[in-house]
Amino acid sequence: MFFWIIQRDLLLAVRRRSDVLTTLFFFVIVVSLFPLSVGPEMNLLRTMAPGIVWVAALLASMLSLGRLFSSDYSDGTLEQMLLSPQSLSILVLGKALAHWLVTGMPLVVMAPVLGIQYDLPADALFVLVVSLLLGTPVLSLIGAIGAALTLGLRGGGVLVSLLVLPLYIPVLIFGAGAVEANMAGISYDAHLSLLGAFLLVSLVLAPWAIAASLRVSLE
Amino acid sequence: MLQGINLACVRGDRRLFKAVNFTLEAGGLMQVHGPNGSGKTSLLRMLCGLSNPVLGEITWRGASIRDLKGEYFSELTYIGHLSGTKDDLTVLENLRISSALAGEHISETQARDALAYMGLNGRELLPAKVLSQGQRRRVALARLLVCKTKLWILDEPLAALDITAVKLIQELLERHLAEKGLVVMTTHQAIDVAAISTVHLRLV
Repeated sequence: MFFWIIQRDLLLAVRRRSDVLTTLFFFVIVVSLFPLSVGPEMNLLRTMAPGIVWVAALLASMLSLGRLFSSDYSDGTLEQMLLSPQSLSILVLGKALAHWLVTGMPLVVMAPVLGIQYDLPADALFVLVVSLLLGTPVLSLIGAIGAALTLGLRGGGVLVSLLVLPLYIPVLIFGAGAVEANMAGISYDAHLSLLGAFLLVSLVLAPWAIAASLRVSLE
Repeated sequence: MLQGINLACVRGDRRLFKAVNFTLEAGGLMQVHGPNGSGKTSLLRMLCGLSNPVLGEITWRGASIRDLKGEYFSELTYIGHLSGTKDDLTVLENLRISSALAGEHISETQARDALAYMGLNGRELLPAKVLSQGQRRRVALARLLVCKTKLWILDEPLAALDITAVKLIQELLERHLAEKGLVVMTTHQAIDVAAISTVHLRLV
C-alpha cells in the first residue's frame, strides 16, 4: 500500500511535469539572482552562499505544498484514502516521501551546480548536499502538516507559510550552519547530527499529525 | 448488522436532522430520501466514519464503528459525489489504484473485465480527463465489481448515468443483495431494486 501510493504520486508527477519543474526553476532562479545582483565579490558570495541556498530551498519546497493534498481533496481520492483499511499515517508518509522525491530530491541534485556560482570549495559543496539531503525531507514532512491543516480553506497558501515557515527555522539554522562551520574550518558533525535527529523525530511524529489534521479537515 | 441509534447532525448552526434510527440486516437495502440540503450526504459520510454524529452512535456487527476503524473500513466501499478518479491517470490505472487503496489488489485482466462490464470497452487507456461525467461515474462504480466488501454506501450512484448504465447498476445491486450484502444509497431517480428487506429512511 505504501509503495502503491508512492508509485501513484510519482506517476502523476511524470504526467504533470510542469509542477515539478516550477519548483526546480524557482530554486535555480532565486539562487542565481544573488550573484548577479550582489556582484562578483568572491569572499562575500562565499559567506552568503549557504544561507541563500537554504532559504531558496525552503521557499521552493513551500511553493509546492499547496498541491500536496488539494488535488486529492477536490477529486475525492483523499476521502477514499481516509476509508482505506490501511493506516492513514502510512499512506501520508508515502505521500510525503513522494513529495520529497519530486520536489526535494531535484534541489539536492541541483545544489552543487548552483554552489559553483558562489565559488564554494568542493568539500563545502559536499556538506551542502549532505545537509540538504537530511533537511529537505523534514521540510516535506512538516510542510505536509501545514498543508493538511489548511486544506479547503480560502487563502490557505498564505496560512501555510505562516504556520510552516517558523517551524522550518531550526532546519534552516543547522542546515546553513553545517556549511558555514565547514568553511570556517571547524567540525560540522554536530549540525548534521541535529539535522538527522530532526529527520528521525519528524519521520515518527509528522505522519501521525498529518493524518489527524486530514481527518479534521475532511470532517 | 448496521445500526444507527438516535443520530443527529448539525452543520454550522443549522440542525439537519435528529433522532434518526435504523437497523439494516444482511441482504438489506436502505434508501435515504429527502429534499436537497436535508442531510443525506452528511448521513452517508457519518455512516462511513468520515464525520462523527453530534449525538448518537453507529454500530457495525454490534460494535461502534469508531472503535472498529480499519476493520470496518475493510468491509466498506463508499462511492460519493466526487468520483475519486484522477484526471491524469488512465481509466485502467484509476481502477487498479483505487482498488489497491481500498485494500484489494487486482490484476490487469480483472480490471479490464470490470471495465468491460461497465461498458468502458476500448477506453481503458484513455486519461480520465477526456471522459464524460457519466463515464467517470462508471469508472468509479466499476470498483463495486472488484472489491469484495460487505457494505456499500452509495451517494447518488445513478447521477449522470444513462438508462443502460442504470440497468447495469440495478443488476449489480440485486446480485450484491442476494449474496447477503448491504447497500445504503441515496437517489432522486426511481429505481426498483429487489431486496430481502428494504428500509426507506426519510429526512425532512
